[in-house]
Amino acid sequence: MSNLESFRTETRTWLEENCPPLMRTPEKGDTDLCWGGRKFSFQSEDQKLWLERMAARGWTVPTWPKEYGGGGLSKDEAKILAAEMKHIGARTPLTSFGIWMLGPALLKFGTEEQKQEHLPKIARGEIRWCQGYSEPNAGSDLASLATKALDGGDHYIVSGQKVWTSYADKADWIFCLVRTNTEEKHTGISFVLFDMESEGVSTRPIKLISGYSPFCETFFDEVKVPKAARVGDEGQGWTIAKYLLTHERSSISGLWDNVPLGQVAVEKIGTVDGEIVDKMLRYQIAEHEIDSAAFMITLERAGDEAKAGASLGAFSSMLKYYGTELNKERNELVLKVEGSDAFEWEGQFSNNGEVARRWLRSKGNSIEGGTSEVQLNIISKRILDLPA
Amino acid sequence: MALLLNEEQQLLKETAEGFFSKKAPVSALRTLRDDKSENAYDPILWKEMSEMGFAGLLVDEEHGGTGFGYIGAGIVAEAMGKNLSASPFFASTIISAALIKAAGNEEQKTSLLPAIATGETIVSVAIDEKGQHSPESTVLSAERVHEGFRLAGLKIFVPEGGYASQFIVLSRTSGQAGERDGLSLFVVDRRTAGLIVDTVVTADSRNWAKLTFENVTLDAAALLGPEGAALDILEPVLDRARVVISSELLGISQECLDRTVVYLKERKQFGVLIGSFQALQHRAAELYSEIEITRSAVLKALQVAGTGTDMAMLSSLVKAKASKTAELATNEALQMHGGIGMTDEFDIGFFMKRARVLQALYGDYNYHANRFARLSGY
Repeated sequence: MSNLESFRTETRTWLEENCPPLMRTPEKGDTDLCWGGRKFSFQSEDQKLWLERMAARGWTVPTWPKEYGGGGLSKDEAKILAAEMKHIGARTPLTSFGIWMLGPALLKFGTEEQKQEHLPKIARGEIRWCQGYSEPNAGSDLASLATKALDGGDHYIVSGQKVWTSYADKADWIFCLVRTNTEEKHTGISFVLFDMESEGVSTRPIKLISGYSPFCETFFDEVKVPKAARVGDEGQGWTIAKYLLTHERSSISGLWDNVPLGQVAVEKIGTVDGEIVDKMLRYQIAEHEIDSAAFMITLERAGDEAKAGASLGAFSSMLKYYGTELNKERNELVLKVEGSDAFEWEGQFSNNGEVARRWLRSKGNSIEGGTSEVQLNIISKRILDLPA
Repeated sequence: MALLLNEEQQLLKETAEGFFSKKAPVSALRTLRDDKSENAYDPILWKEMSEMGFAGLLVDEEHGGTGFGYIGAGIVAEAMGKNLSASPFFASTIISAALIKAAGNEEQKTSLLPAIATGETIVSVAIDEKGQHSPESTVLSAERVHEGFRLAGLKIFVPEGGYASQFIVLSRTSGQAGERDGLSLFVVDRRTAGLIVDTVVTADSRNWAKLTFENVTLDAAALLGPEGAALDILEPVLDRARVVISSELLGISQECLDRTVVYLKERKQFGVLIGSFQALQHRAAELYSEIEITRSAVLKALQVAGTGTDMAMLSSLVKAKASKTAELATNEALQMHGGIGMTDEFDIGFFMKRARVLQALYGDYNYHANRFARLSGY
């Protein structure tokens, strides 16, 4: 215990000395996030400095082993680091699919060479990854994917199309599900890694209802991928994908902005006798905040259970389902709190329609990473053991 | 503290679940109801519970209790919720013992706590006067007289009041209805002249009570805690009691889900098990999710309850959430059981009736959502 306390003291001092001032202010929107990668340009000197300092300690990925660029922290220490960062309002130094998704999968399924090659670059924010899963005809039924990888001896020749590839146009590498066998549905899938600058790769951004284009269509035209870049055995891709989706689901569930809705409403709408004037809205906010507080406690519990060695398994489907539904509800409430102010689409006043665009973006939360309905299917089959 | 049960608590959970499912399952409550049992609880069961140490969970060892605290209390309450075990556990062990511990002088503690811990004395608490919970609206007057105090007024919704032998009564010694100040607690023996106890058989097949005070004269020593400042003591105790009620509601919700899932795997229609229908699978999965979210909040609150921290907001959060989930669970369980769920012969109705009574006890969903908002500053 005293070890943890001294870790807390040291961490606090280090953060105090090393977290630049601008990085202690709240992010104004997704554009303020640090994604890293070859094509990324930093928004500020502070953002660059913060990434470098944290990466040097391995604290962009606190629990990864040190030899792969991580901080080698225990889960207890990582919890303290997170709490201390929260305490001073420090921003996340690096947001990355490499950290959330690929990293854990490589740590579990990758060869030593693959770990050495990719993990440190993820940790330092040098390579930005995207995920090639969904296809035009493989959404909720992901395992019906058709992008084919033909055997070319020491390499595969990959052809096909992916869709909803997050930030494919900004990513450097892709982790991708491909079909190495057309006879077997699930066991015909393999998991490969390749550079987005490889010959035959092209991307086209998809404009969303929010006006932004966080997703792309991605096309592969006879892309050469060395077999050494396959993670796991041939046909093991589905197992790896499922493992990785569990991580994605846990991450999406915890990914939302925690604007204290009640306080915003107090400032925006005003109070009588300390209560928001719009009584119906006040009730709706209270109802939502109760659910959301209970959900946050559940994330804490899930973390503690994982720390105690329990496998979250299908429980992460519940977290994904509940968290994303809550986030959609929260965005609807933000809209109600803002009233007509929420609808300015362009202009300084609204920071180019930040509220409205964020609200529209949230609609995708319960679709991406497996729809809410797919999560409910998983809960009913794997947890409640209901018949097919 | 990690949000998990430790080994000792896990063991208590297994013991409690084994004990109540064997000794006091739903069928026992049905028998008590059908026999029109005078007390609506089984004194032999209560004696056994006391011997197990359940009656003294919140009483310190010095006064003959086990001092297991709120986490233990929540575990036992959850097991009782699963089985709908009828007993004076909540009224006597939880809220009365905690109030006496918090407000009582040494003499009151010595005379009451050991008797509560052994189960010999059953104490209950009289707070509400109208259908809506609102302690500060107390009207029942306690006027200072030569001998001590004279109480006049009405109390309703007194848990297990039909057979409790002592009551802790929230009374107004000064000020007006609606004011926080001016409230005091008194310990009143059931046999005191002028006190009329009317048993109220409630929908959940328990014997609650309405108390009428017709100029009940009490000794000054009957005052429990400081005069005029009862709410400062009562509120923290109520907040903890609400968490224990939430634990029982959680047990009810979980049992409703478990029974429903079993039924979905047995019942056939259109030639297939109805559990294969996605419409029902999703309803069950949604209910599962709500119960897990509730479970986390309840456990967190039980952990905090054992500390001296102010937990008004957390308690309201938990009571609100557990009430909403139990309403959903009992409604969904009945719907998914179909016609058989509507029959008295089937048990689901018992869970629904108990849940609604507990939802209302010491503030329902709306009361606590409103309080949560107020405490959050909006």
